[in-house]
Amino acid sequence: MQYLIEILPSLMSGAQMTLSIFALTIIGAIPLGMILAVGLMRAKTWLMKGVHALLTAYIWLFRGTPLLLQLIFVFYGLPILGIVFDRYSAALFAFILNYAAYFAEIFRGGFAAVDRGQTEASMMLNLTRWQTLRYVVIPQVVKIVLPSIGNEVINLVKDSSLVYVIGLGDLLRAGNVASARDVTLLPLVMVGVIYLVLTLVLTLGLKLLEKHFSYYR
Amino acid sequence: MLELKNISKQFGGRKILDDINVTITDHQTLAIVGPSGAGKTTLLRIISGLEQPDSGTFIWNGIQTTPQQLRLDGIIGVVFQNFELFPNLSVQDNITLSPILHGQDPKAAKANALQLLAQLDLADQASAYPFSLSGGQKQRVAIARALALNPKILLYDEPTSALDPALRESVADLVKQFKANGMTQVIVTHDLAFADLVADATLTVKKQEAVD
Repeated sequence: MQYLIEILPSLMSGAQMTLSIFALTIIGAIPLGMILAVGLMRAKTWLMKGVHALLTAYIWLFRGTPLLLQLIFVFYGLPILGIVFDRYSAALFAFILNYAAYFAEIFRGGFAAVDRGQTEASMMLNLTRWQTLRYVVIPQVVKIVLPSIGNEVINLVKDSSLVYVIGLGDLLRAGNVASARDVTLLPLVMVGVIYLVLTLVLTLGLKLLEKHFSYYR
Repeated sequence: MLELKNISKQFGGRKILDDINVTITDHQTLAIVGPSGAGKTTLLRIISGLEQPDSGTFIWNGIQTTPQQLRLDGIIGVVFQNFELFPNLSVQDNITLSPILHGQDPKAAKANALQLLAQLDLADQASAYPFSLSGGQKQRVAIARALALNPKILLYDEPTSALDPALRESVADLVKQFKANGMTQVIVTHDLAFADLVADATLTVKKQEAVD
């Protein structure tokens, strides 16, 4: 017990990094994913078709390669092109782009699931495209995508441990360091428990959100 | 009075509407009938500006216009076959959303919505959500939502098809009630008996042969 209390501060400091990567990725990637999904909708003009093709390529790239590889490329590869990030910014950049690609696909599915008649009814009520999105489509999309977004959010907590590859000290790394130094698995057991608590809190939060949106069907 | 002249429309090489002429006079209830696939709904979508005709002209009270302009001017209200109520909004909010977004005072919009709901026998459903309503109730909310924008012409797409046969009578009564109040109405239906029951005039759309 005494040992656990001794290593707790370093684990908590790691957990702080984990939470900060997690929170900022959510804040950046969810709105970005939603905007990208709007760009992925039916393209009518040549310009929109070009945007659509670019977005499709971006999603393919970021969903088709490991996040670990993307982290390495952003931190060690981009400086070759003259783009230099510090470790933390590189982690956020890679995480936000990676998760936005997943969220964009989820939101695209959500937008596609809203009946076209809803948009036509909005047109007949003379709502603008933005008003239709804001008051009719997006509220329905949010309810549709919530379970899938929830899955990704839980994944993100665990994926955040990948930042060790560019030398950031997160929760898992703090546990690893203590475990190697003191030759015991106890710190890693603690790490597991902290991850479980984090995902439990998020799961409960997501359940509450789903319950909130159950006021309509 | 709304006149549509020489309206034609093709989809993928198939002629749906060929040189159709429609005159909708004020206070008239016009039924557009015809077999399935004859293009009734396409014609309704063209009148409401949701579909572009390949050719044809629109004349509103003697002045040439476009269906998009008619829509923007709030001339046309549509009651969709599947009602298309917004599931995320309460009955009252479904009705007040557009008037409020177009600058109407929210209190006045709410009072108007409650009055429309009372007229349509739905006064107790203002705070309900669409999922909890029956088909007939949903249809009346859709009618109230269209009427809240004071359209000059109310279009119905197959108003009896999504309803229990027993509710046909009540829809007919409602259409007749609006007719008595001087509303101009256009009803697209495959239900000839219903058209006979409510319409002053009938336009039959024939199924077109495939074009080479």
